[in-house]
Amino acid sequence: MEIVKTEKLTFEYIRRDENDNVEGITTAVDNVSLSVKPGEFIAILGHNGSGKSTLAKTINAILHPTEGTVWVDGMDTMDESNLWNIRNTAGMVFQNPDNQIIGQVVEEDVGFGPENMGVPSEEIWKRVEESLKMVGMYDYRKASPNRLSGGQKQRVSIAGVLAMRPKCIVLDEPTAMLDPIGRREVINAVHELNIKEGITVILITHYMDEIVNADRVFVMDSGHIEMEGTPREIFSRVDELKELRLSVPQVTEVAYELRKKGLSLPFGILTIDELVESLNKCR
Amino acid sequence: MGTLIFLVSLFITKNYIGYIPALIFLAAVVKISKVPFKFIVKGMKAIVFLLSLSVLCNLFLTPGEPLVSFWKLSISREGIKTAVFMAIRLTFLIIGSSIMTLTTTPNQLTDGLEKGLGFMKVIKVPVHEIAMMMSIALRFIPILTEETDKIMKAQMARGADFESGNIIKKIKSLIPLLVPLFISAFRRANDLAMAMEARGYRGGDGRTKMKPLKYHGNDAVAYIILLLYLAVIIALRVLIK
Ligand SMILES: Nc1ncnc2c1ncn2[C@@H]1O[C@H](COP(=O)(O)OP(=O)(O)OP(=O)(O)O)[C@@H](O)[C@H]1O
Ligand SMILES: [Mg+2]
Repeated sequence: MEIVKTEKLTFEYIRRDENDNVEGITTAVDNVSLSVKPGEFIAILGHNGSGKSTLAKTINAILHPTEGTVWVDGMDTMDESNLWNIRNTAGMVFQNPDNQIIGQVVEEDVGFGPENMGVPSEEIWKRVEESLKMVGMYDYRKASPNRLSGGQKQRVSIAGVLAMRPKCIVLDEPTAMLDPIGRREVINAVHELNIKEGITVILITHYMDEIVNADRVFVMDSGHIEMEGTPREIFSRVDELKELRLSVPQVTEVAYELRKKGLSLPFGILTIDELVESLNKCR
Repeated sequence: MGTLIFLVSLFITKNYIGYIPALIFLAAVVKISKVPFKFIVKGMKAIVFLLSLSVLCNLFLTPGEPLVSFWKLSISREGIKTAVFMAIRLTFLIIGSSIMTLTTTPNQLTDGLEKGLGFMKVIKVPVHEIAMMMSIALRFIPILTEETDKIMKAQMARGADFESGNIIKKIKSLIPLLVPLFISAFRRANDLAMAMEARGYRGGDGRTKMKPLKYHGNDAVAYIILLLYLAVIIALRVLIK
């Protein structure tokens, strides 16, 4: 069974004036059907305002679809009685680490989710320890979140979600406010969870280099899913990506341009090593 | 919570006699809390400056019959009295609150409040929510302070002037600081609410605690001492007008 599945999902933000008259409608997600299998690493790309965050929030049942349906592990998000189960199944990490850390000590924050679920104290401690170890933040368990770097804070946020033992984590631009080192820390942690723990990952990002290792990539534009495929497939369509106002990793672009100039390079080169190897073959 | 009562009680007392039970109480608390004496002294050092400043002010500025006077300054009997009085009060205040901050994390504090005031739930006071609000406020104070600093610098770079002018002008100049600060605070609040919901927060019911507050024998003793102390203070205040 799919862990996340949407069918003809549409979400509209409706702005109303004081008298409750509809002032304007923004269709943020428009007729999206997708399905994610357990254990997959999915990346979602798209420029600002393309509806990525809105899509993510419908998965966590923070927003409810205007039309269509979202199922999380078989549970319909429209059904109120599923609400808490859905939130425990699909955890969510947001962009700004400062605005999602609730506790004043790292371990207390990680314990927040299980506390809400009514998990017994000893079990919470176990989970907190486990989750912090998974993201490599166990040594900081007694620290104040205010003293951590952005990357560390974001890993604490991830641990906070992990402690709820979700099957799936949705990360909405978790690295947007981080420096390159912090970004790498977070992305590595997420990949590790995906591989070692088999947790399904849905990663929303602007950074092309973060999706290179994803299993599948969705590209969104004005609420639609415009492209879908493996990173290699996506990156071989450089012109289309550019039309959607997205850039490709530098290596891919260089290879693409070289290919245009007549070198016999394969499509969708993703890493420098690959490029070097293919160039060697060319000679 | 005991600290709060203690601090209030310090302000109730108006004369020296009132400090004797306060001293005994403080000594008892220090003993129970097992905070090394060194720490307390260390904490005191930091405020010596403040303490001496207030002593000096009281010393010179309290009107009364002058005892010694040189140049324009004079020390009066009343001055000495209030100065010593203030010094003791401040010292107690600081020892009292530093014991609290040394022994209690803010979370324990709010947990304690939640539990201590739990009986008020019966009359529909949202104790859990209040405690939650307090702990979130505590968490966001440093973040908002930092943000204030940032906005201030940003506005100064645009030519805002926070320093010159009279009071009215200064208050007016705060507007470009406060407006963005409030907007950002609201946005943060919105984000935080969403994050809490995403992590399954649904109020106090059905929630467990990672660090449940357990009352030990010591705590019971502390409560008894606190009650005794309160009784003595109130009695003193009533008896000696
Ligand atoms: N709370 C809201 N009320 C009204 N319209 C909104 C709201 N949030 C988003 N929108 C609109 O919905 C559309 C999609 O927004 P969304 O936040 O999902 O985009 P996004 O792809 O996450 O963008 P970004 O990359 O900037 O995070 C945008 O046109 C946006 O203006
Ligand atoms: Mg977004």
